[in-house]
Amino acid sequence: MSERLIPSNPSISFVVNGEKRTVNAPGMKRLLDVLREDLHLTGTKEGCGEGECGSCSVRMNGELVNSCLVPALQAEGATIETVEGLGEAGALHPIQKAFLECGGAQCGICTPGMLMATAQLLAVNPHPTIGEIREGLAGNLCRCTGFKRIFDSVIAVAAGEMNAEMEHGTGGAHAG
Amino acid sequence: MSTSEKTRIVGTAVPRKEGVDKLLGRARYLDDIEREGMWHGATVRSAIPRGLIRAIGFDRRIDWSEFTVVTVADIPGRNHIQLINADQPVLADGMVNHCEEAIVLLAHADKHKLREAVDAVNVEYEPLKPVLTIEESERQDTIVWGADNVLKSFLLEKGDVDAAWAEAAHILEGEYRTGAQEHLYIENNGVIAERNEESGITVWGSLQCPYYVHKSLLAVLDLQEDKVRVIQTETGGAFGGKEDYPSTLASHAALLAMKSGHVVKMTYDRMEDLAATTKRHPSRVRHKTALDGDGKLLAMDIEVATDGGAYTTLSSTVLSRATLHSPGPYVCPNVRVSSKAWATNTVPYGAFRGFGAPQAIFAVERHMDEIAAVIGMDPVELRRRNFLHDGDTTATEQVMREPVILDKLLDRALAESDYYERRKRFAQENPTSSVKRGLGIAAFYHGAGFTGSGERYLNSLAGIDVTPDGKVRVLVANTEFGQGTNTILSQIAAESIGIEYDDVEMAPVDTNVVPNSGPTVASRTTMVVGKLIERASLQLVGILRVRAGLKGDFTRKEFFAACERLRDQDGEVVSLCRYEAPEGIFWDDQMYRGEAYPAFAWSVQVAQVAVDMTTYSAEVEEFWSVQEVGRVLHPVLAGGQIEGGIAQGIGYALYEKVVWKDGRMANNQMTNYIMPTAEDVPQIHVFFEEIPCRFGGCGAKGIGELPHDGPAPAILNGIRDAIGVGFNAIPLLPEDLFAQLATQELKAEVAAL
Repeated sequence: MSERLIPSNPSISFVVNGEKRTVNAPGMKRLLDVLREDLHLTGTKEGCGEGECGSCSVRMNGELVNSCLVPALQAEGATIETVEGLGEAGALHPIQKAFLECGGAQCGICTPGMLMATAQLLAVNPHPTIGEIREGLAGNLCRCTGFKRIFDSVIAVAAGEMNAEMEHGTGGAHAG
Repeated sequence: MSTSEKTRIVGTAVPRKEGVDKLLGRARYLDDIEREGMWHGATVRSAIPRGLIRAIGFDRRIDWSEFTVVTVADIPGRNHIQLINADQPVLADGMVNHCEEAIVLLAHADKHKLREAVDAVNVEYEPLKPVLTIEESERQDTIVWGADNVLKSFLLEKGDVDAAWAEAAHILEGEYRTGAQEHLYIENNGVIAERNEESGITVWGSLQCPYYVHKSLLAVLDLQEDKVRVIQTETGGAFGGKEDYPSTLASHAALLAMKSGHVVKMTYDRMEDLAATTKRHPSRVRHKTALDGDGKLLAMDIEVATDGGAYTTLSSTVLSRATLHSPGPYVCPNVRVSSKAWATNTVPYGAFRGFGAPQAIFAVERHMDEIAAVIGMDPVELRRRNFLHDGDTTATEQVMREPVILDKLLDRALAESDYYERRKRFAQENPTSSVKRGLGIAAFYHGAGFTGSGERYLNSLAGIDVTPDGKVRVLVANTEFGQGTNTILSQIAAESIGIEYDDVEMAPVDTNVVPNSGPTVASRTTMVVGKLIERASLQLVGILRVRAGLKGDFTRKEFFAACERLRDQDGEVVSLCRYEAPEGIFWDDQMYRGEAYPAFAWSVQVAQVAVDMTTYSAEVEEFWSVQEVGRVLHPVLAGGQIEGGIAQGIGYALYEKVVWKDGRMANNQMTNYIMPTAEDVPQIHVFFEEIPCRFGGCGAKGIGELPHDGPAPAILNGIRDAIGVGFNAIPLLPEDLFAQLATQELKAEVAAL
């Protein structure tokens, strides 16, 4: 068993969505795979595997990271937030509510990463300008929306609109 | 419903049906599904564009007894994907016709062992001369497909083009080219296949058209119809890229599952997906146009050539749509369109949003601006003088029976963009600025639904049923991949029956559960399938009135009570409807003439472009899109479709370049195949003019493809307006801009000597 010559899977502990978790995984295993395979947190998606698309974005120690580029060992002792920690059925996080109301999610595959990037952006800058929103989300690719309704979603959260129930029909295109 | 009726649910922004699952990260995409004891599959692919396979060797460093290995000899049925022609093999049989063609399939319990194993399969080739471009294929000195390399050709003729040249005041020619474009859905292709002795084979997949996959699996596996089951999983974007390719991938996974006896998952990583799956057809379109002294079109002679790749796949129907959209939204008494799809030794091109129309519209709308420049007319005025109106006939002699409001769309686009004021301002600013600004226009239609007789042949069946726990379920094979199928069809059912949106749910897209309502393509779902859902809903209400005592203006409680009375009699509550061609709609396949589409969606777009003469980069600063798509069923989803299509169109024009090297995509990574990001997409203004269409579900026409048709010509027309130079090929990256401008400057300097 030549594999045994390589140091066996070390024990790696970190906090995910407020819960302490320990996994035994190869140190260079991607955090993305640890989340999806070891912890069954499949909300975090793989889009490109090389840090370009941002689908695998999670928050780690208050920073936005591409979890496909983070080796598991680097997560030792870290605090990690994924989409699963954002809100829950019946109690959507304001960001989730905004994306639902404003049409910020279409096919949904970039959405978990986009939500985490939005959470990061608003944590650092609660009232971003449109330019700051564009810059803050530039590492997260969406092929469906053309981004406009994602910007609308972020603006709605920043404006505090998501704390109250939004009426149906807001965020719609001008009908003539 | 009558098209003027007030609506309760249609036209409002109800929440996306599957939205909460997507936002919570609990929507289950293919790769999120794990099965006990599941194996993983991988593909050994051709390293050369064309050649004979001399031998396939398996390196001894691998313990092959751990693997399941599938070659062409393991295919129990036909070695062909079932699309329009049966010319594309599931696995190469003695010969490869493009790079990345599948040759051998491998499966193993540990997915990490597959990469090394793929590398350890040694294919020996006898290379043959490949054909890699339209021009090489046209020369016909190397024949790589059929007798002449022609996958399909069409000839569309109206009037007498050749007689028109003599009386023309102006004759203008132009050649326009478009490149390949990658769908770049963020979820790569993936399927899971499971074999069961009794039930046969079941495939779950990220796909658009479950019954296309079903048809291929029947043929490839030689199974009876009830032994193949296809289930769509949540699909992370498609744009046409999951129309035909999943038939191939599902066949591969099914073969591995059949031979290994294990559940087998096959997912592509980004590099494999980019290199091996379909893209938008590259094109070359030539125009020769005659006009009279007033700028009215007298004749259009158009030659369309597309690169189809190594096998037919959908090239013939893409070519048909390109042909039918190539004359643009104009009246012209004499039109000839001669079109051909050429075979080359590249990965087969396939469906992509717009399906041939973006290529054709790029050409005609660029050409209109070149004509305007030469004859000295405002490009707006040139279009206005030639627009189609109610009662006019198209190139296929289709009479425009529905209202055509191009003038109104144009006026609104000009007003919303403040077109003339801005152009005046740019004309003042540009001479002293290194950033030159301009405005460009594109006007176009997109035929909704299948081309010609397509919908008659499809003969779609769709409907609703009512579950014992009191939900109306929409029964369709049409898939949700972001556009809003689930939401729109639920709205139509709720509206038509007179119940609430939350009373309606979607049946799972499972060929064992839902009828074949046709593929989710061609902007047909809302219009054509939506109409079937509307009819099936009204039909159910009618049945309940006659047989289950439903009376007058009923409440939802009374409706569901009546459904239970019907269930007591029949054991089920189901209402299905089959497609019926609208009266007066007929297409002659032989003559290539008649009603090409039951309805057209219309649009005028304006792009504000800035060209930085220091960096040679062109940027879209602002974009306006006015369209008539029938009734808008959901303002948020409709706006999202338009904006998303425009963003892809901007990518098509200025960013997305597939780089080819010896028949292989050289930039098959998101690092170097660049799509527009949040920082690149301009402010987009979307406006709808609504004219309910009697052929569409609750008055809607197709919307999904339309917005992708206009941005490329509008942007390049904007560049022409900004710097006075017309560019006739996309994608137009800074290096392309630089190359053409530098050449022109050099020529000017030489001429000045």
